[in-house]
Amino acid sequence: MRRREFLTLFSTSVGGLLVFTLDRKPFRLFPRSPQSVRIRLRYLTQSEALIVAAAASRIFPSDETGPGAQEAGVAIYIDRQLAGPWGRDRYRYTHEPFLEEAPAEFGYQGKATPRHMYREGLKDLIGFHQMPVSEQDNKLREIQTTSFFSLLRRNTIEGMFCDPVHGGNVDMIGWQLIGYPGPRMSNYADVDKHFGQAFRPKSVSLRETSMNHHIFRPMEDEE
Amino acid sequence: MKTLPSVDAVIVGGGWTGLLMAKELGLRSGLSVLVLERGKHRESADYPGTMDELDYSVRLSMMQDLSWETVTVRHDSSQRAVPMRQYGSFLPGTGVGGAGEHWNGISPRFVPDCFQLYSQTVEKYGIKRLPADHSIQDWGITYDEMEPYYARAEAMLGISGKAGNIKGRKVVGGNLFEGWRSAEYPTPPTKIPYFSVLFGDAAKELGYHPYPNPAANLSQPYTNPDGISRSACLYCGFCERFGCMVGAKAQPTNTLLPLIHGRKNISIRSGAAVHRVIVDSPSNKTRAQGVTYLDEKGEELFQPAELVFLASWTLNNTRLLLLSQIGDPYDVQSGKGTVGRNLTHQVSFNAATAFFEKPLNRFMGSGAAGVSISDFDADLFDHSELSFLRGGHLVAMSMGSRPIANFGIVPPSMKTSWGSDWKKTAIEYYDRTGSIGFSGEHLAYKSNYMDLDPTYKDHFGDPLLRFTINWGENERSMAEFMTSKAVQIARAMGAMEVSSFQGLKNYDANRYQYTHIQGGTIMGSSPEHSVVSPYLQHWQVPNLFILGASTIPQNPSAHPTLTILALTYRTADAIIDRYLKHQSHLE
Repeated sequence: MRRREFLTLFSTSVGGLLVFTLDRKPFRLFPRSPQSVRIRLRYLTQSEALIVAAAASRIFPSDETGPGAQEAGVAIYIDRQLAGPWGRDRYRYTHEPFLEEAPAEFGYQGKATPRHMYREGLKDLIGFHQMPVSEQDNKLREIQTTSFFSLLRRNTIEGMFCDPVHGGNVDMIGWQLIGYPGPRMSNYADVDKHFGQAFRPKSVSLRETSMNHHIFRPMEDEE
Repeated sequence: MKTLPSVDAVIVGGGWTGLLMAKELGLRSGLSVLVLERGKHRESADYPGTMDELDYSVRLSMMQDLSWETVTVRHDSSQRAVPMRQYGSFLPGTGVGGAGEHWNGISPRFVPDCFQLYSQTVEKYGIKRLPADHSIQDWGITYDEMEPYYARAEAMLGISGKAGNIKGRKVVGGNLFEGWRSAEYPTPPTKIPYFSVLFGDAAKELGYHPYPNPAANLSQPYTNPDGISRSACLYCGFCERFGCMVGAKAQPTNTLLPLIHGRKNISIRSGAAVHRVIVDSPSNKTRAQGVTYLDEKGEELFQPAELVFLASWTLNNTRLLLLSQIGDPYDVQSGKGTVGRNLTHQVSFNAATAFFEKPLNRFMGSGAAGVSISDFDADLFDHSELSFLRGGHLVAMSMGSRPIANFGIVPPSMKTSWGSDWKKTAIEYYDRTGSIGFSGEHLAYKSNYMDLDPTYKDHFGDPLLRFTINWGENERSMAEFMTSKAVQIARAMGAMEVSSFQGLKNYDANRYQYTHIQGGTIMGSSPEHSVVSPYLQHWQVPNLFILGASTIPQNPSAHPTLTILALTYRTADAIIDRYLKHQSHLE
């Protein structure tokens, strides 16, 4: 069995956020008290997770337009996805032969799973999380046409805007950033009103919508 | 191999057409009916608490498991096909209810001239206007014959819409270009969200004739003729790729399954993957004896039946005939053979993406809610001076926008796709962007077909189905014309910036283009050019019937679910009223 790897989050870096820990119990970090939480990683090593977190933060930065990948917990989201069925291509057709030179219109024909693409892709980014921001951006520009980068970009957006049950979009921070209210059961009274005006109801997550009547089990927790 | 007790009718596939046939036969004739569904069992009670974009809409957890079976794709018969390794241009369903569980509910009828595509086109424009390698043909049935069955299908689903042509009388506000209908829709149109209202207003101003989409997502509570009651849509925006949380969207599990449950003569066996249709003998294939299937443990069983129905969607209906060696496979070189011919998809794309100053509140919506124009559909406009035949409809959907799929759509002036500038622009436009879609006809060509792949196998070791498919000049030229119309409407809607579709090139198996794949076991008026008769009865094996879009000779631009339900009703009537009395070819 592999050594247990953890990602440590400090309260001062993340703000008053709700973090889903490994045992799926929500845990709130308060910025004023010097707390930290160690989140057990499911697939990535600690140094890989730090690189993923730093790269996702350059793709979707925390800046004057609001919080970004760091506050949303994108690295935790990505780690869970890689550990789950998606990361190992459980639902992809993986019979040989792999004709990788086929035209792009036929979709990705490679053999490499998302896990493999991350593990290989991250080798080109060793030390990334310790670089100054401008150097990080240069490094990403070098790889921005690779399939690894487009995967990382796609997963960063997923981690920003997924339901918090998946480990990203912590505290619905991504949804609040864009005014998305989450899975509201009914818009019946509003759907044909508010024309031309921003209608921004308070965000709710799946857990609140279903009021715990239906326990949603995310795919990444599949055995 | 173990032989199971015989049943009167075995139905392969538990989606819309399979369960409708099971219900009709089981309730009206008293036959013993068995539905074999290879996916899992489902109930409408499974859906509350599943409004999760990631698992359902991005990871597509309701779809067929491609690790077991997919299709291979190539553009022409000189190429080597490769597997569609992950979901792309269409999303095959699985499980009880099939793709009918996670559809959007858009339910138009086909334009009347679609049913006589070949003869009407030749009559109007002459045979020389047809593309050289076309293989379009008439259906062997007319719209007038279809009308009562369309009305029944609409009543069953409770379609919410506005009629535009009641018995020839044009009704303002409805689709003036539709075929005549015997009565108004069962329920009034859905509410129309802002983006679609903007489209309708602009289209009207330009002289077009907008109308609300016909929707299987109820505008108000409704009880159908079978006594099934469903509640009104709440516009939560989780239709496509989801099961309906409140049962407002018609789905096999909420509209048909309750009628089947508790009936002693109808049963559904899930986890049953049909392997072959068994016919008399290799030389004398005039009668189907039943089917073999693999159960969940992998044991192969023989299920004898007096009547066999294939209702397992376009891909599997075609593949089962090929694997069971029933009928002559289509041969692209000689043009002979029928099984696998006339593969068509649907020409669909976002024709114009508009960026607005005002917010649109796009999270609110419903799978079919929206406004369309059919001014450029079918042969409803003159093609004498145009470089293409036929057409389609332009539509502004308001199906409820979700953030993973829609964040990051930025105006063409934004050149980067990550970092602070991109983030700022993407946030600004997240709720200020909408696309005008186009859905148009894909003509049938001799060079587009399905056969068995020589290399790739499924989970059981059987060859995968192979697609040979590409667009013709007709589709490319039509796409260009429709894109310019969409851009004109987008500008009239007040968009600040508009980005337009870059044109149809080769068939792109990567880009989602609706799950409307047709052909392979097409209907027609003669066995030389079709697999089944207009009653969907196999020409050579009269106790074998084939249901669904595999029987559609070529794509008619509109979404096909309503039509395949209407055709299923027609076949059920013919079987119950006539075939059961005289077991022969239905005429």
